[in-house]
Amino acid sequence: MAPPGLPRPVAEPGTAVTGGPGQCAVRLAGVTRIYPGAGLHPPVQALGPLDLELRQGEFFAVVGPSGCGKSTLLDVLAGLSRPTSGTVEFEGRPVTDRVPEGVGVVFQEDASFHWLTVRDNAAFGLRRQGVPEREIAERVDHAIAFMGLKAFATAYPAQLSGGMRQRLCIARTLVLRPRLLLLDEPFGALDQQTRLLMGDEVLRLWRETGATVLLITHALDEAAMLADRVGVMSARPGRFIDVVTTGWPRERDSTIVARPEFGQVTARLWSNLRAESMKAMSTTA
Amino acid sequence: MTANVLSASPSAAWRAHMDTALLVAALVGAWQLLHFAVGGDALPSPLAASRRLVHLLADPDFAANAAETARAFGYALLISWIGGLGLGVLLGAHRLTGDVFEPMLVTLYAIPKITLYPVILLLFGLGISAKIAFGALHGIIPVVLFTMTAVRNIHPVHLKSARALHLTPAATALHVILPATLPEVFSGFRIGFALTLLGTLIGEMFASQRGIGYLLVHAMQNNEPEIIVALALLLVAFATIASSLLLALDRRLRHAA
Repeated sequence: MAPPGLPRPVAEPGTAVTGGPGQCAVRLAGVTRIYPGAGLHPPVQALGPLDLELRQGEFFAVVGPSGCGKSTLLDVLAGLSRPTSGTVEFEGRPVTDRVPEGVGVVFQEDASFHWLTVRDNAAFGLRRQGVPEREIAERVDHAIAFMGLKAFATAYPAQLSGGMRQRLCIARTLVLRPRLLLLDEPFGALDQQTRLLMGDEVLRLWRETGATVLLITHALDEAAMLADRVGVMSARPGRFIDVVTTGWPRERDSTIVARPEFGQVTARLWSNLRAESMKAMSTTA
Repeated sequence: MTANVLSASPSAAWRAHMDTALLVAALVGAWQLLHFAVGGDALPSPLAASRRLVHLLADPDFAANAAETARAFGYALLISWIGGLGLGVLLGAHRLTGDVFEPMLVTLYAIPKITLYPVILLLFGLGISAKIAFGALHGIIPVVLFTMTAVRNIHPVHLKSARALHLTPAATALHVILPATLPEVFSGFRIGFALTLLGTLIGEMFASQRGIGYLLVHAMQNNEPEIIVALALLLVAFATIASSLLLALDRRLRHAA
C-alpha cells in the first residue's frame, strides 16, 4: 500500500480528474450547470466546467464546501438533471434526461415509501420491471439480510430508525444490481457511530457487487475512510481543485481511521478545503 | 402508526368492541334519565322512539321519502368526491392557482352555508337539484382542501426516487403519487361524507316536499316528538356506522396502499 503524500499545494481550479488505468465507467467532459435567473435574481452557475473519469469498480468520493454543487453533480451524472453544457457518459453511452439502466441512486433524504413494508419497499423497483416474483423474493431476501433488516421485513418505515431507513433505501437500490451506485450524502442525518458502521456496510457492498461507487459527502473522515480517490471541489461554481488517492487496500473497514496515514489524508483534504469553505461561508453569510 | 399495528391482535379488537358497547349503553342510559327528568312530551324514551322507528321503517310512505334522500345524498356525494378530487389535484399541482383559490375556499368553508340557500334555490329551483347542490356545496370543500394539501405534501424525494427507479410517468402516478396521497384524500372523503349528509338534510328541511329532512320539519310542525327522535336515531345510526367504516378504511390505508 502506498502511503498518501503530505499535503501539497492546491491545484488550479478546473483540474481534470482522469481515472488512470482500467476501463472507464463514467466520463464527464466540460460539464456545467447554470440555473436560469428568475425576476431580479441573476442566473447562478452551480457547477463546472468540470471533467471527471471514473474507473470501473472504483470508489470515488466527492467533498466540498456547502452549496458547491456536489448534489448538482450527482443529479447531472444520474440523468436527473441536464447539464447546461458538456457531455456525460456512462459505459460509453451518453446520459440524457433519464437515469440509465445500471445506475442506482441513494438520496440524502429518507426516500423509503412509507405506505410499503420493508420487503415491499425493497422489491419496488423489481416489481415495476416485471421481474418474476420468485426471483424478486430471492434478491430481496438477500438484500435485506445483507443490510441487516431481515428481522424487520414486515415492518413499515415509520417503525425503523433513521439509519435503518437509509439502509432500506440502499437495499431497494441494491436489488437492481447497479453497476454504478451514486450515494448523495446517505449518512448525512446519522450520528457519528452509526455513520462509521454504515461505512463498513457500504464497503462490504462495494466489494461484493464490484460496482463503481460515487459518494457525495460533507464529512472529510468519511471520504478518507471509504474512497480509493477523493475529489475536492471548490466553492460555487463547483470544480475539482484536487484529487487525493488514498491508497487503501480493497479489503478495508472503519478500523482504518486508527492508521497514521488516515490523519494525513484527512489533513490534506482539509488543507485544500479550508480556504474554499471560508469562501463559501462569506458568500452565503 | 406503531400503536395501531400493535393493537391489531384479536384481544385488542374484542376490547375495542366492548368499549363501543359500553359507550352506547351509557348514552342510552343517559337518554333514559333525561327522559325521566323532562318527560315524554319533550323527550320520548329510548324504547318509545325505537318502537316508532320500527313502525316508520315498515311504512311505504317513509321508504319513498328515504329513497328520495338517498338519491339526493348519493348524487351530492359523487359530486363532492369526484369534483373535489379533480379540483384538489389541479390546485395542488399548480402552485399559483392553489395560492389564489385556497383563501377563498377556506372562507367559504367557514361561513354558514345556509345563508347561501336562497341563492341555490333561485339557481336550481325547488326540486332535488337544489338539495344535491346544497349537499355538494357542503362536502366538496374539505375534499378539495385535503386533496390539495396531499398533492402539495408529496415528498420531492419520492418523485426523484421514482425517476431513479426508472418508472414511467404513468407508473409514477399509479405507484407513487396515488398511494402517497391516498390516506389524506380519503380523510377528505370521510369529512366530505359527513358534511354532504348534513347539507342534503338541511336542504330538505327548507323548501322541500319530500325526504327525511322534510319529514323532520313536518313532525316538528305537528309536534310529534316520537317521530323526531326516531328519525334522529336513524340518522345518528347511519352516520355513525358509515363514519366508522370509513374511519376503519382510513386507518388501513395509512398502512398499506
